[in-house]
Amino acid sequence: MKVKTIFNNMDYGYAPESSSAADEWLDAHKRKFTLYIDGKWQAPLSKKYFESVNPATTKNLALISQANEKDVDKAVKAAKKALPKWIKIGAHARARYLYAIARQIQKHSRLFSVLESMDNGKPIRESRDIDIPLAARHFYHHAGWAQLRDTELQDYKEVGVIAQIIPWNFPLLMLAWKIAPALAMGNTVVLKPAEFTSITALLFAEICEQIGLPDGVVNIITGDGKSGAAMVDHPDVDKIAFTGSTDVGRIIRRATAGTGKKISLELGGKSPFIVFDDADLDSVVEGVVDAIWFNQGQVCCAGSRLLVQESVAEKLYAKIKARMEKLRVGNSLDKSVDIGAIIAPVQLRTIEQLVAKGIEEGGQMWQPSWSCPTDGYFYPPTLFTDVSPSSTIAQLEIFGPVLVAMTFRTHPEAIKLANNTRYGLASSIWTENINLALDMAPKIKAGTVWINCTNLFDAASGFGGYRESGFGREGGREGLYEYLKLKSDELQIAPKKLIQKKNAKESPSSLVPEIDRTIKLFIGGKEARPDGGYSSSIKNASGKIIATVSQGNRKDIRNAVEAAHAAESWTAMTGHARAQILYYLAENLAIRKDEFAGRLIQLLGVSKSDADREVSLSIDRIYTNAAKADKYDGHVHHTLSRHVTMAMPEALGVMGIVCPDTAPLLGFISAVIPALAMGNRVIVIPSETTPLSATDMFQVFEASDFPGGVINIITGKQDELAGVLANHDDVDGLWYFGTKEGSKMVEHAAAENMKRTWVNFGKQRDWYEGHQGEVEQFLRNATQIKNIWIPYGE
Amino acid sequence: MKPNDTTQRNQGMPLDLDLIKSIRVNRSAVERRAAAMGARRSVKKDWQAAWLLKAITCMDLTTLAGDDTPGNVIRLCAKARQPVREDILQAMDMNDSNIHVAAVCVYHNLIHTAVEALAGSGIPVAAVSTGFPAGQITMDQKLSEIEKSVAAGAKEIDIVISRANVLRGDWNALYTEVQLFRQSCGDAHMKSILETGELVTLNNVAKASHVCMMAGSDFIKTSTGKAAVNATLPVSLVMVRAIREYYERTGIKIGFKPAGGIQKAKQALEWLILMKEELGDEWLSPDLFRFGASTLLSDIERQLEHFVTGRYSASYRHPMA
Repeated sequence: MKVKTIFNNMDYGYAPESSSAADEWLDAHKRKFTLYIDGKWQAPLSKKYFESVNPATTKNLALISQANEKDVDKAVKAAKKALPKWIKIGAHARARYLYAIARQIQKHSRLFSVLESMDNGKPIRESRDIDIPLAARHFYHHAGWAQLRDTELQDYKEVGVIAQIIPWNFPLLMLAWKIAPALAMGNTVVLKPAEFTSITALLFAEICEQIGLPDGVVNIITGDGKSGAAMVDHPDVDKIAFTGSTDVGRIIRRATAGTGKKISLELGGKSPFIVFDDADLDSVVEGVVDAIWFNQGQVCCAGSRLLVQESVAEKLYAKIKARMEKLRVGNSLDKSVDIGAIIAPVQLRTIEQLVAKGIEEGGQMWQPSWSCPTDGYFYPPTLFTDVSPSSTIAQLEIFGPVLVAMTFRTHPEAIKLANNTRYGLASSIWTENINLALDMAPKIKAGTVWINCTNLFDAASGFGGYRESGFGREGGREGLYEYLKLKSDELQIAPKKLIQKKNAKESPSSLVPEIDRTIKLFIGGKEARPDGGYSSSIKNASGKIIATVSQGNRKDIRNAVEAAHAAESWTAMTGHARAQILYYLAENLAIRKDEFAGRLIQLLGVSKSDADREVSLSIDRIYTNAAKADKYDGHVHHTLSRHVTMAMPEALGVMGIVCPDTAPLLGFISAVIPALAMGNRVIVIPSETTPLSATDMFQVFEASDFPGGVINIITGKQDELAGVLANHDDVDGLWYFGTKEGSKMVEHAAAENMKRTWVNFGKQRDWYEGHQGEVEQFLRNATQIKNIWIPYGE
Repeated sequence: MKPNDTTQRNQGMPLDLDLIKSIRVNRSAVERRAAAMGARRSVKKDWQAAWLLKAITCMDLTTLAGDDTPGNVIRLCAKARQPVREDILQAMDMNDSNIHVAAVCVYHNLIHTAVEALAGSGIPVAAVSTGFPAGQITMDQKLSEIEKSVAAGAKEIDIVISRANVLRGDWNALYTEVQLFRQSCGDAHMKSILETGELVTLNNVAKASHVCMMAGSDFIKTSTGKAAVNATLPVSLVMVRAIREYYERTGIKIGFKPAGGIQKAKQALEWLILMKEELGDEWLSPDLFRFGASTLLSDIERQLEHFVTGRYSASYRHPMA
């Protein structure tokens, strides 16, 4: 174009990033890629290939291998074979490899960026300035963790072979989030990139080759959902790490239920973006751009629900619309576009259908006056106003550049609206009032809270969801545990009982019968009759009936869950206040120690000294957890400059705890008290055969100043009641110390609302042994980490 | 400055303290936007050449030094008339486009020299005033300085505000002061220098910007070029957003002038992108946008020659100012 014409109209021109180096690289591979297994490039046994398309041009970029079950098996076996050597080379050697990977990503950063933008359709600005630098940062950060593993995480060891399945929205970055911590903690991996975007993972495999990473430590296989399913099902896989849709996450949760495979899931979201009337509205507008028009809105943590205080809503909408007019959509390699191409026609259709639905349901749709290019899969930035929480588009994850806006009146209403979702991945709060911001942050059910910012990431900060956004964290210290297991966990044995009932000596019977005791349920701080009106008999060691306990049913569970929800004050209490009550509990138990020891003798036929030991260990354990109540706290992560990033452990909320049969008192105490110490309200299902130590605790709890509803105890058929809890959508977490079959049932049923589960797969823990009974893993499983980002500066 | 038909001159408005009180600027968010601005847009090849020529036409070519003499001011004015070598303009087919800088900016004592040197060029002379750069003289002296400069032929007056009024939150005093300056300017256009480096916070910058516009400024300007911190993108972002807000409320377009520290062609592009993105194409003209610059032109000339020849240029190849 003529300089004179441009001088007069002052337009932006096409400023393309050159694709020549990327094309050369693709050509050098004859635009056809095999699988990277055991350090070698291997043609797929399926002999099948599929095309990877540039969504901004619809042109084919390369042929990608379709891995079938046999290919997956080869890759998993390679990873398994590589494991012993990878463990043996030690922390420092692993750190060096991770450091080399980070360096290589940096050295080839432009090639990675251009390939990423071509394959995915995202603007080159994003791949160049965000995706690739963050990927390198992740490897640097975890090179450090690799170095420190043996000193800072001495009680832990690697999990083993990790199968990792990642999405198409941040191909290399998600690869980094998966592979870096896995390798750093001494695991070997099989990773499958998404079908739409395999190319940068294959370039990454070349880097592994170049730095001489031992064969089989990283295996990259490509393919579709079927390849992923084969990875999930493979018996030699010890853990599955998945990022993707909640639906697929659920399938994985169910497929792995009861297998003992560790899983971490980072799933969908419908994250609230909350704007108060005292926010810097011009900055809010840019926040909105970064929230929903970043990566075409194809971001799991996209701020896709705009909640605005009524008084500034119209003003903000006008500003957003003016800004939308200035956004530029176009070829991903154009350095002057804000929004690139949607990944594929199938995704474009989903967006179009949901937008049509939004209009049909009465939402006011607004799009800029300009139109998108037509030579690729493009969709314009879209704003919906007049949307209510009941609209489909306010509930479903659209995964496109579509923002839905609603108003609120007060901050409590904002919290309600924000939490009115099944998801809980992220949130963003905009206000210049720090009191308001810090009041909101803990009340929002989301793994990340960004204050006056959005979509900020750093390797030092954990990222992951609450609720149906999945579980597990990626990044930061909290992310490491996903790739570690406690060494002491291996001491657990199956399925032999540690303590068995022995024949007790019958005490001489008195002529006068004992007063018949009625053992009810404990719900909402009171003893309650069971809804069903049934009781069951409890026998002692010699088989003699010594008591009848209530048989709880699903309605009793329902009532207990409601009571637990009402007891919110427990969670809001300070750790110190909770500790006081727990110490008081220990004090009251100590007063009645002989009675509790007597019960153990009666139930189990154990010796007096064994019974005394269990009671005193129980008191000891209450002390330990009470002590932790105000000491198990968070971190302030080193992320960006002038940002405080606080990692706060928060109680899960309402938890079910299914107690072990072994150690009727100590097992009960060891399982229940940590959950309480962390601020959870619990529904406890005591051992089915030996529930009396738990029911004896009713009065001790009552005497110890617990607010009603904090602890609820329902006796009855354990697995039946566990099933009710597992299927209850208002239960946030469930611990199960029962059978192998029960463990499977719990994990399977929990998939529905993605409640956090912790099960024993039928293995028995030695509750008398401190390391197994009271370690930090109880506290970690009773909490989830929320990262709150607070940028500052005046 | 050539007030054109479409630009209505700012007559100011009553001081709106409620607006001033409601201002909220979040520094981190502003810095993020400022940092991403240049990364989100890229101007290359023909576009870059055209945009750099535009930058020249928006330039207040400035000399504000103790050793200024008629000699160097005359040289500066000659450069103002002909900022780019003729052959370079010719290669871009821009030799008949009357490419010259927007104004020449000097101290009061050199107005006369500059006016004479620029006679017939249509390039106005701007004078810094009101006790530039510190503004620590009496009000009478300030008003009299403006009047004398206007009488000497300055068409544009760059005033400095009393920073004390901002730092003390005395918006009434700031408003009154700027209003009086404006009265003294008469037909000469007034650029209000906030000296943002001394106002410290972005909230102060936003508030001072609004008060200056309400008091009748034609332009708001970042800095004197004499402070430790001069024009920055975050500060400019806050000021142009204030201009946008004022326009939305009054329909009046206020100009913006970043000054101090803008030395490279690449920076000039960043500021033009800022204006285009936050305010719109209308602000990409000397009527509403100026660079206060003394060395920027030299870098732009070299970039333009590179565009024309494909060879990296040297500064000695371009006539000095």
